[in-house]
Amino acid sequence: MIPGGFEYHRPDSLAAAVGVLREYGDDARVLAGGHSLIPMMKLRMADVEHLIDVQDIAEMKGICAEGDKIAIGAMTSQHELIDSPEIARVVPILSEAALQIADPQVRYCGTIGGNVANGDPGNDMPGVMQCLDATFLLHGPDGPREVAARDFYEAAYTTARDDEEILTAIRISAHAPGYAYEKQKRKIGDYATAAAAVLIEKRDGLVANASIAMTNLSDVPVWSEAAGADLFGTDCGPEAVAAAVDTMLGDIDPTEDNRGPVEFKQHVAGIILRRAIARAWSRA
Amino acid sequence: MSETTSQMNIKLTVNGEAHEVTCEPRALLIHVLREDLNLTGPHIGCETSHCGACTVDLNGKSVKSCTLFAAQADGAEITTIEGIANPDGMHVLQEMFREHHGLQCGYCTPGMITRAYRLLEENPAPTEEEVRFGMSGNLCRCTGYQNIVKAVLAASDQMAAQKEAAE
Amino acid sequence: MKDEVQTPEDRSAKLKGLGTSRRRVEDARFTQGKGNYVDDLKLDGMLFGDFVRSPYAHARVKSVNIDAAMALPGVIAVLLAKDLEPLSLHWMPTLAGDKQMVLADGKVLFQGQEVAFVVAEDRYIAADAIELVEVDYEELPVITDPFKALEPDAVTLREDIAGQTEGAHGARRHDNHIFLWEEGDKEATEQVLSEAEVVAEEMIYYHRTHPCPLETCGCVADMDKVNGKLTLHGTFQAPHVVRTVASLLSGIEEHNIRVISPDIGGGFGNKVGVYPGYVCSIVASIVTGRPVKWVEDRMDNLMATAFARDYHMQGKISATKDGKITGLWVHVTADHGAFDACADPTKFPAGFFHICTGSYDIPVAYVGVDGVYTNKAPGGVAYRCSFRVTEAAYLIERMIEVLAIELGMDAAELRSKNFIRADQFPYQSALGWEYDSGDYHTAWDKALKAVDYDGLRAEQAAQLEAFKRGETRKLMGIGLTHFTEIVGAGPVKNCDILGMGMFDSCEIRIHPTGSAIARLGTISQGQGHATTFAQILASETGIPADSITIEEGDTDTAPYGLGTYGSRSTPVAGAATAMAGRKIRAKAQMIAAYLLEVHDGDVEWDVDRFVVKGAPERFKTMKEIAYAAYHQPIPGVEPGLEAVSYYDPPNMTYPFGAYICVMDVDVDTGECDVRKFYALDDCGTRINPMIIEGQVHGGLTEALAIAMGQEIAYDEIGNVKTATLMDFFLPTAWETPNYETDYTETPSPHHPIGAKGVGESPNVGGVPAFSNAVMDAFRPFGLRHAHMPHDHWRVWKIARDLGLHS
Ligand SMILES: Cc1cc2nc3c(=O)[nH]c(=O)nc-3n(C[C@H](O)[C@H](O)[C@H](O)COP(=O)(O)OP(=O)(O)OC[C@H]3O[C@@H](n4cnc5c(N)ncnc54)[C@H](O)[C@@H]3O)c2cc1C
Ligand code: FES
Ligand code: FES
Repeated sequence: MIPGGFEYHRPDSLAAAVGVLREYGDDARVLAGGHSLIPMMKLRMADVEHLIDVQDIAEMKGICAEGDKIAIGAMTSQHELIDSPEIARVVPILSEAALQIADPQVRYCGTIGGNVANGDPGNDMPGVMQCLDATFLLHGPDGPREVAARDFYEAAYTTARDDEEILTAIRISAHAPGYAYEKQKRKIGDYATAAAAVLIEKRDGLVANASIAMTNLSDVPVWSEAAGADLFGTDCGPEAVAAAVDTMLGDIDPTEDNRGPVEFKQHVAGIILRRAIARAWSRA
Repeated sequence: MSETTSQMNIKLTVNGEAHEVTCEPRALLIHVLREDLNLTGPHIGCETSHCGACTVDLNGKSVKSCTLFAAQADGAEITTIEGIANPDGMHVLQEMFREHHGLQCGYCTPGMITRAYRLLEENPAPTEEEVRFGMSGNLCRCTGYQNIVKAVLAASDQMAAQKEAAE
Repeated sequence: MKDEVQTPEDRSAKLKGLGTSRRRVEDARFTQGKGNYVDDLKLDGMLFGDFVRSPYAHARVKSVNIDAAMALPGVIAVLLAKDLEPLSLHWMPTLAGDKQMVLADGKVLFQGQEVAFVVAEDRYIAADAIELVEVDYEELPVITDPFKALEPDAVTLREDIAGQTEGAHGARRHDNHIFLWEEGDKEATEQVLSEAEVVAEEMIYYHRTHPCPLETCGCVADMDKVNGKLTLHGTFQAPHVVRTVASLLSGIEEHNIRVISPDIGGGFGNKVGVYPGYVCSIVASIVTGRPVKWVEDRMDNLMATAFARDYHMQGKISATKDGKITGLWVHVTADHGAFDACADPTKFPAGFFHICTGSYDIPVAYVGVDGVYTNKAPGGVAYRCSFRVTEAAYLIERMIEVLAIELGMDAAELRSKNFIRADQFPYQSALGWEYDSGDYHTAWDKALKAVDYDGLRAEQAAQLEAFKRGETRKLMGIGLTHFTEIVGAGPVKNCDILGMGMFDSCEIRIHPTGSAIARLGTISQGQGHATTFAQILASETGIPADSITIEEGDTDTAPYGLGTYGSRSTPVAGAATAMAGRKIRAKAQMIAAYLLEVHDGDVEWDVDRFVVKGAPERFKTMKEIAYAAYHQPIPGVEPGLEAVSYYDPPNMTYPFGAYICVMDVDVDTGECDVRKFYALDDCGTRINPMIIEGQVHGGLTEALAIAMGQEIAYDEIGNVKTATLMDFFLPTAWETPNYETDYTETPSPHHPIGAKGVGESPNVGGVPAFSNAVMDAFRPFGLRHAHMPHDHWRVWKIARDLGLHS
C-alpha cells in the first residue's frame, strides 16, 4: 500500500497556504493529521498532486475560551480535545465524542479540522458540530467567512468549503449541562454503526431546549430539528422520547454494509438515540 | 498517477541521534526508519493504521508510522523501540514484558512497548481498564493481551517504587 | 565441592527443566526490537517484487500489456504466466494433490489472484508499475456458493480439469466437484438413526475465516549464480518441506537450496502453504541474478493466502429418551475455493474431521465430505488447529446442545452421561481413532465446580425472569464445551505431506564444557521453542536449560523435519528431543561407568549425574562426562557426545479440555460481553506452565474473534468484503476479556515425556464455548441454532426472529 507521488508543501502562514491552494486548485489538498487522507492515498483511492501540510500554521492552532464561547483551532488534535480543561468546562460533549474516535495513536494525529472538513459520513465530529450549532471559519483567497455546521454538509465528501479554502477554526457556544454522545461500534477503531449526539437544557423540570444529531446513518450527518422539538416542553417521558426517536428515524437513511442491513441500523439508531437522550436528560 | 519523483531532505532526531535523509515526499516514515535508518524494530502489520505494530514516539506522542509521511516528521524527535532501553540496561517495561510473558512471536512487541511507554509517561498509575483502553491501538494475535496488561501494570508499580526509592 | 551438599531437588531446580515456568530466552531480543523477521532482511542489490492482482472473481484474461510498466525507470521485469511456462512453473502442485496457477493462465478464478509479478528497484516503484500494467478481462459468471457450484448447469470453473472424473482423492461427479471422502459405517448409522427414540438434526455452517498473523507472508529469494546456490529466506512453518518442493519444482538439486525461516511473526497455519509469491521470487532472482524480496500487504494476505474453515455441516445425532447417544451422521459440503490447496496429510482430504465424535462414546458414526470448487481464494489451512479439528469440535459441541434441547435436558448432564469413561482408554472411536488417554469426568466435574455451575444456572433463571418483567434487556448465556483434540501428526504409516512422512527430528551436540546445542526440524512462530525444548533436554540430560541453545529453521544445519503446525511440535519434535536426550544419556552412562570403574549397570541416573548404586558419594556429573567424552580416550566408545533422533510417533495425542463461558447478550443492539471465561486444559505433561497459559490466552482470543465477528465474506460477484482490519475482526485489549485457566494432567502413555500439545486447544474448544454461550441465552425462547459469526447484527437478528423486539 504505497501512495502515488506528489509535491510536498509546508507553508508557515495561512496566506502562504491559501496561495498554494490557489495556484494548484483542484490538484492540491490540505494535509492535517493525515489519518483520513493518507489511508485513501495508500489505497490509491485519492490521487493528490500537491499536498499542503498545515502543521506549521500558528493561526490554526490552539483553544481559546472566552466566557461561554470557545474557538478551537482546526489543527487541534482529538487527543488535545480530550486533554483540554477548557473543552471539559465549556463543551464536554466534545471530549466524550473524541474518546469514541478511533484509538489513542490515531487521536494524537487526527485533528478536529480534518474530522469535520473530510465530509466522511463516518466521522463523528460533524454530527456533534451540528448538534452544537457550531460554525466553521473558512479562509480563502477573498478572506474569511463563516459557515454554520448545519449548512456545511452537502453529500458524502462534498461540503460547502471551496477548493481554495482552508478551515481554520471552529466556533462553539457553551452547551447545556444535559449532554451525551452515544456510539455503537464493532470494536475500537471502527466507525459508528449508529451514534447520537444529544443536548438538553432543562428548566423547571421540563425540556427548554433540545438538539439531536446522528452519525453514519445517511451520507451526511443528520441533525433533526423536529426530533428536538418533540422533546420541547416535555419531561422527557416515554411518549416524548418515542416521538423524537420516530421523527429521527424518519430522517435517517442508512445503507447496508458490513455492520449490518438497513433494518438493523434503523433499530439500533433508535436504541442508541434513546440511550443518549436518557443520559443527557439525567445530566440536565 | 503523477510521475513526480522529486526528492527532499529531511532532518530527524531518532533515539537521540541526528539524521539527514533524502527521500521522496511520499516516503512513509515507517519505511524511512526501517530501510534508510535500519531501525527494523517497528514493524508493518496492516499498513492501514489499525494494528499499531509500527508505533513510534514522535514529539511525545504515540503515532503509527505507516500513516505518516517522513516529510511530516521533518524536524521531529523520534523514539523507536531501539531507543527505549536505558544506557544501563533494559527499560522496566521490557523487563516486565519478559517477566509476565507479555509476548510470543514478538511481532507486536516493539509497538506495544513503545505505546506503553507513552501511556505510562502520561498516566503513571493506570487502572487495568485504563491500560486496556490506552493500549487499544495495538493489536496482538498471540497473547490475548492478558499478560501484556499485567506487564504494563507491573511496570507501572515498579516505576513508582523506583521513583519512591530515588526520592 | 559446593555441589555435593545440594539436594537432588536443588539440583533439579537449577536445571529449569520440565514443569518450570522458565522465562523465555527469546524475549531479550524481541523486547528490544532486535528480532529478525523476513522483511527486516536487506541484501545488496535486492529488488522488490509485487503482484498485479485480479479485481474479478472469475474472468478470462484476454491480454496483458506490460509496455508502460516496463518503461517506468527502476522496473526490472514483469513476469507473466507465459514467461513461467517454459520452466513449467506457471502452475504448481498444491499440498492437496491439486495444482494451482502461479500466475493467471488464461483466466482468473478468484478476486486477488496473481496475474503478473512486477520486479523493481524498490517497493515504491513496484507499486507504481502495478498501476501501469494493463489487463483486459472478460468477466465470467461467478459462483461463491458451493451448493450452487454443484448444480447441473453450473459453469465449469476449472477448465484445466474439465471432464476428468478421477481426482487426487477419488471420483469427481461434477466439474466443480473435488472429492467425496467418507469414513465410518454409513448403512449401520442410518439404520440406528431410523430406529432411534430421539434424533436431532441441524445444518451448521462454520464460516470462512483467516489466520491473519500479525506479520504477513513473504520471502527473499537469493540465487547465487556463481556457485549455483539458491538461498530462500521466508515465512515458512515447514522450511524443509519448502526446500524439497522448491527442488522438485525448479530442478535445482536439493543440496543447492538452503531455506531459512527467520523469526516468524505468528503463523497459525497461514505460513504452511507454498504461495505464488515464493515461486515468482525464486524465478525473478534466477532471471535477474539479484536477490528478490516479496512481502504481501494485509489486503493481499486476507484476499489470497490461506483461508480457513468454510464447512457446511449437516449433522444428525440420535439418542435414547434418557439421553444416551446412539449414533452420529454428518455430511459436509466443503468450500475449497478455486484450487484445492488444503494443507492436510495426503490421505486425509478432510483432515482429521472424523474426530467429530468428540469426547463422547458414540457406538456408530458416519462422515462424508464433499470438496467443492468456487470462485474464492484457495487455502483451507489449519488455523490454529490440527487439520479440520476445529470444525469437528464445533460440530459435535453444537449437536450436543441441539440434542439437549430436543431432549429437554441440561447440556452439562447430557455431556457427562455420554463421556468416554476413564477406564475405556485407550479408546477406539467409531470413526477409526484410538484415543490415547483421558479422564473427562474428572475434568468436567472440576470445571462445573470451579464456576459454580448450579449457581450460574440459578442466576441465569433469575435474569430471565427480570427480562420477562421488562427490567433488563440483557440475557445471560452459559456456554459449555468439552472438546477432544487430535494433534501431533503423525505416524508415518498414515500421515504424510506430498509423500513425506510426518516424523520430526532433533540433533544434539554436547560441547566439551557441558553446554549444548540442539537443532530441530520445526520452527517457532511464538510458541517459545527455544525455551521449552531446552527444558525437555535439561530434564533428560541434566544440562541446565540456560546452557542449551535451540536452533531451528535453517535447512543447511537442522535435521529434516516436517515443521510446526497442527500442534505437532511438542508431540513429535518434543518426543524426538527427549529421545535424542536419552541417546546422549545412554552413551554418558558408559562413559560414567568407565570413569567410575564400575560396570554400566552399576550406575544410575540422578538428575544431572550418574551415581554408583549404593554409593551416592561416587558420581560423575554430565558436565564431567561431557569433558571426558572429548578429552579422554575411552575404550570401545567413540569420542564426542552427540545424538540424532528421528521420531515417528506411534499414535496421535488427544489433548482435551472443559471450557465454560458466561455471556451477557443485549437483545437490542446485539452486543455480547463475556462476563466470565473458565478454561481447563489437559495437555498431558506440562513442560512450561507459563507458556501453556499464554497459549491458552492467545488461542481463546482468536476463538473469541472467530465466534464473534471474524470472517472472510464475499458478495455475490466474488468481491472480498472484509479485506482490511477495519472489517476483518481482530479484537483489541478493550474487547478481550480476562480468562481463568486451570488444568488436569493426564499424560499421554505413548509419548516419551507424556506431553500432548496445547497450542491449538483453546481455539478448538473456545469457538464452541463462546458460540454456545450466545445461543444458550436464547434457548428459553426456542432458538436451536444460528450461524456464526455472532456479530452485532446477526445476534440482533436472532432476537428479532424470536420476537424479542416487539
Ligand atoms: C483506524 C482509524 C480509525 C478511525 N476511526 C474514526 C472514528 O471512529 N471516528 C471518526 O470520526 N474518525 C475516525 N477516523 C478518522 C480520524 O479521526 C481522522 O483523523 C479524521 O477523520 C481526519 O482528521 P485528519 O486531521 O487526520 O485529516 P486529514 O486526513 O489530514 O484530512 C482529511 C480531509 O480533510 C481535508 N482537510 C483537513 N484539514 C483541513 C483544513 N483545515 N481545511 C480544509 N481541509 C482540510 C483534507 O484535505 C482531507 O481531504 C479513524 C481513522 C483511522 C485511521
Ligand atoms: S502497520 Fe501501521 S498500524 Fe499497522
Ligand atoms: S506476540 Fe505475536 S502478535 Fe503479539
